[in-house]
Amino acid sequence: MTDLLQQSTSLWNVSMFIVAAVVLLLVVLFFVTYAIYFERKVIGWMQLRTGPNRVGPLGLLQTVVDVTKLLLKEDTRPKDADKALYALAPVLAYAPAFAVLAVMPFSETIQFADLGIGVLYYMALSSITVLGVITAGWASNNKYSLIGGMRSAAQMISYEVPLVMSVLGVILMTGSMNLREIVEAQRDIWNVIPQILGFCVFIVAAQAELNRTPFDLPEAESELVAGYHVEYSGFRFAMFMLAEYVYMFGMGSLVTILFLGGWLAPFGLDFLPIPGIVWFILKFLLYVFFQFWIRATMPRFRADQLLPFAWKGLLPIALVNILITAVVISFQNGTL
Amino acid sequence: MSEEKRKPTPEEKAKAAAEAREKLEAARKAKEEQAAQASAPEAVASSPEQNAVKAEAEPASADQLAQAKAEAAAKAKAAAAAAAAAKAKAAREAAEGGATDTKAAETEAGGADADAKAKAAAAAKAKAAAAAAAAAKAKAAREAAEAGATETEAGGADADAKAKAAAAAKAKAAAAAAAAAKAKAAREAADGGAAETEAGGDDADAKAKAAAAAKAKAAAAAAAAAKAKAAREAGEGGAAGAEAGGDDADAKAKAIAAAKAKAAAAAAAKAKAAGGDAADTEAAPKAPSKNQPHLDHIVKLITEKFGSEVIEASYINELAKEVPTLVIKNENWHDVAKFLKENDELSFDYLSNLHGVDYEDRMEVYYHFYSYKNRQNLAVKVKTDREQPTVASVMNIWSGANWNERETYDLLGIYFPGHSELRRIMLPEEWVGHPLRKDYVPFDEEV
Amino acid sequence: MSMNLDMISLNSEFSEGTGLRTEEMLLNVGPQHPSTHGVFRLVVKIDGETIKESLPVIGYLHRGTEKLAEGLNYTQIIPYTDRMDYLSAMTNNYVICHAVETMMGIQIPERADFLRVIVMEMNRIASHLVWWGTYLLDIGAMSPFLFAFRDREMILELFNELCGARLTYNYMRIGGVKWDAPPGWIEKVKEFVKHLKKEIENYHALVTGNEIFINRLQGIGKFDAKTAIDYSLSGVMLRSTGVKWDLRKDEPYSVYNRFEFDVPTATEGDCLARYQLRMAEIEQSLRILEQALGQFPEEGEIMGKVPKVIRPPQGETFVRIESPRGEIGCYIASNGKDKPWRMKFRRPSFNNLQILPKLLKGENISNMVAILGSIDIVLGEVDA
Repeated sequence: MTDLLQQSTSLWNVSMFIVAAVVLLLVVLFFVTYAIYFERKVIGWMQLRTGPNRVGPLGLLQTVVDVTKLLLKEDTRPKDADKALYALAPVLAYAPAFAVLAVMPFSETIQFADLGIGVLYYMALSSITVLGVITAGWASNNKYSLIGGMRSAAQMISYEVPLVMSVLGVILMTGSMNLREIVEAQRDIWNVIPQILGFCVFIVAAQAELNRTPFDLPEAESELVAGYHVEYSGFRFAMFMLAEYVYMFGMGSLVTILFLGGWLAPFGLDFLPIPGIVWFILKFLLYVFFQFWIRATMPRFRADQLLPFAWKGLLPIALVNILITAVVISFQNGTL
Repeated sequence: MSEEKRKPTPEEKAKAAAEAREKLEAARKAKEEQAAQASAPEAVASSPEQNAVKAEAEPASADQLAQAKAEAAAKAKAAAAAAAAAKAKAAREAAEGGATDTKAAETEAGGADADAKAKAAAAAKAKAAAAAAAAAKAKAAREAAEAGATETEAGGADADAKAKAAAAAKAKAAAAAAAAAKAKAAREAADGGAAETEAGGDDADAKAKAAAAAKAKAAAAAAAAAKAKAAREAGEGGAAGAEAGGDDADAKAKAIAAAKAKAAAAAAAKAKAAGGDAADTEAAPKAPSKNQPHLDHIVKLITEKFGSEVIEASYINELAKEVPTLVIKNENWHDVAKFLKENDELSFDYLSNLHGVDYEDRMEVYYHFYSYKNRQNLAVKVKTDREQPTVASVMNIWSGANWNERETYDLLGIYFPGHSELRRIMLPEEWVGHPLRKDYVPFDEEV
Repeated sequence: MSMNLDMISLNSEFSEGTGLRTEEMLLNVGPQHPSTHGVFRLVVKIDGETIKESLPVIGYLHRGTEKLAEGLNYTQIIPYTDRMDYLSAMTNNYVICHAVETMMGIQIPERADFLRVIVMEMNRIASHLVWWGTYLLDIGAMSPFLFAFRDREMILELFNELCGARLTYNYMRIGGVKWDAPPGWIEKVKEFVKHLKKEIENYHALVTGNEIFINRLQGIGKFDAKTAIDYSLSGVMLRSTGVKWDLRKDEPYSVYNRFEFDVPTATEGDCLARYQLRMAEIEQSLRILEQALGQFPEEGEIMGKVPKVIRPPQGETFVRIESPRGEIGCYIASNGKDKPWRMKFRRPSFNNLQILPKLLKGENISNMVAILGSIDIVLGEVDA
């Protein structure tokens, strides 16, 4: 599939690109639909409930119905909202979330673009989403959404720093920013073992990047009602919702690739005739489950403790991790 | 107090009557049994004194006993109500009933049957106790009586008989005190009478009749002194006794006789120390509250500081768990309030409640304070004119007064000069009128 | 509801250093807001996320209970009290019955007294469970809410069996209680006590030790004992500052003097202390329940001798008892008729809420919900 990028542009390969994108979109939509279902079920069980079980067998169609409802809803807009920005914000939030998936190697063969700076691409694009969130908060002309937007900006920008820093250890070890190479470098041992410190920082920072519990301050429903998307409904709200879950998809993939050995089989189970994509999905689901588990367990952070935690807690740990990694690698290379 | 007003329902009466009868039965059986055991009585006889001692020793428990008695009285009344038709008669009967028991008790104490002794012992104890606790108030006497009763039970007679005996003892004291004694005493007397009548059993009738006339008069006099209500209650009590006393038709007659007997015994307090009790009872009809010294102290401190005219009234509010209550002059309220909080000996630092009351001729603001230092309650009332109700705000003394004063302003229209933001709090700003005032008419009837 | 907001003025200033113009803004929290636990409105003036000033607005749920009471006889008022503190209707029932009984000197049969204590303590547990669940929901943890409601549900089921209602019980009467315990009910309560004792451990394991949770609450909404007394605070709000004061212990009513239990206190006076106290109170209530169930009289009357028409003597009374939220009191002025001349309830939520503006000053918005939640208000009671 990556060959297509090398070919000269033609109707055929352009349409192939589009088809592939649509397929990916459908896959992602399918994931989002069932991630939400899964989330509701899992959390339901954790909370002594049954979760959705009415629409379709076992409630499997619940999310489908919900999404349909959102799509059919009237498109409302607050009277004094900034018309253009209000419409732009959901797109701004969603587009980068989808775009980052382009560089993800889901298996040895399934990848859309094999960028040499895959990690950087992901980080760079995902930062754009915060613009969408701030725009939404501002454009809604609502105090709650404004506060939510501001919180979100402060949080996402702050946590991006330890997030990137924690990945540096992996990059140092691999010597490459190419995601495929990072996976291949984990044949012997997954990065999660030598980079345990970086992994911990990454998981925490990722949680904050995703605005999920315990870092769900931007949309803290008990304080800000719904945060930056309080005025959104219908299709536009669905876009935000979609962005959130697609980011979870993206972040899950990234964690799998960076730390959990991507599509590689665990525990020397290479001999089994199981395609890499299955391993990838399993690891990825493990992370997604972890998300839900956290959500059912943790209370929310306090706004004024959030930023100190990033700057005084995570960042130093990430820096120490880089130092240790650098020292160890230098030692191994005999340069120290 | 509450019992005074209430009239037993027919069911209650019927029930009470039935109970009384059952008790009578039980009493009889007990007597028979005890007659068989000749030795038992002695033991019983010895116990009364102990009881009396206890009664004296534990004045604190007086209230509880009193309550217990009051209940018993209530039941007796209910029963009596069955005989309700003749209230006046009943009153007399009650008195008589009491008398009868006393006599019966004493007679039996002489040695016949065990019940009689038990009763007699109880009565004796009661009297002794009363005498000993001469200074002790009516309550103490009552307790003594009850204590006696209790022990009597221990002695072995049946519970009813004892209770009655005890009651009888009380009744006598009460009867003696009769004139001074309030409704309660009368009630107790009645109960006692009833009880004794039942306990007295079969022979009660005869004796009672014999004792009759003189006592009846005494009882009647006592009843007269007591309020009409008391009389009624007494009557009921008597009636109850009468029913209990007699399966036979002449229940009333017996009851009357018994009542007279008691009354006589009581009046003729000579028999035993009972006389002493009676005197005491008359002297102090009601025990002063345990909070009286606190009230006196508070009043003294305030008087020393501001002069006596700032306190319009001071009393113990019996209805509110004996809380010392002051009525402070409106003009001086703020100063007194400050003093109440800041004086070391008072230090009423906690404002528990603040609200207003519209009495149609005046308004009052009621404060309930508590001192965590001295563990002491205090209620203060400040009266104000109804046309221009104004009471100084105490918000700067107790911050907790803030919303309470706003609420009072909102609902009653009392102004609190000195309050920093006296706005409506429950109702919207544009509301017309103050709903808790008695002359409030809704601005818009449709709402 | 219109209101005068003149009290709050907004500053806008131009900062020389940064060249930015900053502006304070008013934020209306409520009356419809997930964390106000009812129709409570809080107007806050914020600078960024820092609260400069706040103005509580109440009265949205004012039903004029006290006015209505003047037109009803005493027994008819009891159902109205259910609707004040609807999370702890039993204590409300009790306070009015207790006031009338005090006035009239009515004696309560022992069995009725025990039933009253049992239901009041169960209700206290139920109320604290609701608080625990909703408070953690405010804080952002979702699961405890459902755990708490599962166990509260058991209490409500037991109440349902006892008096046919789950929330507005109307269970007590002047002189006793309306319904006797159905056969086997006491056993079921015993079972429940055992069950909850185990569950409390789980609750602690799930929440109490959580680092985020502790950091979130420690030092927030702090005040000292002097302030607490000055603001007429009661219940846990008062005890969290070290004042050992519980009316069940200090001015015993009903049969509370027969049971052994502790009055948990803390000295920190912050939200965390209040959390810990409420949890400890659940355990103490369980202790009382165990003893009350153990001493429960096998048989006996459930109604004392009460006149058919209740006419308290002329005069006034004020009694106060310990509700889950603090000191609930009932004042009755009677003119000897069957209807009160004036009835007033001292509502703990109302008095406890007064301190809110003081506590909120200088805090940020996420602490706002933590502080408001820790006061544990019930709007039905605030507005009566």
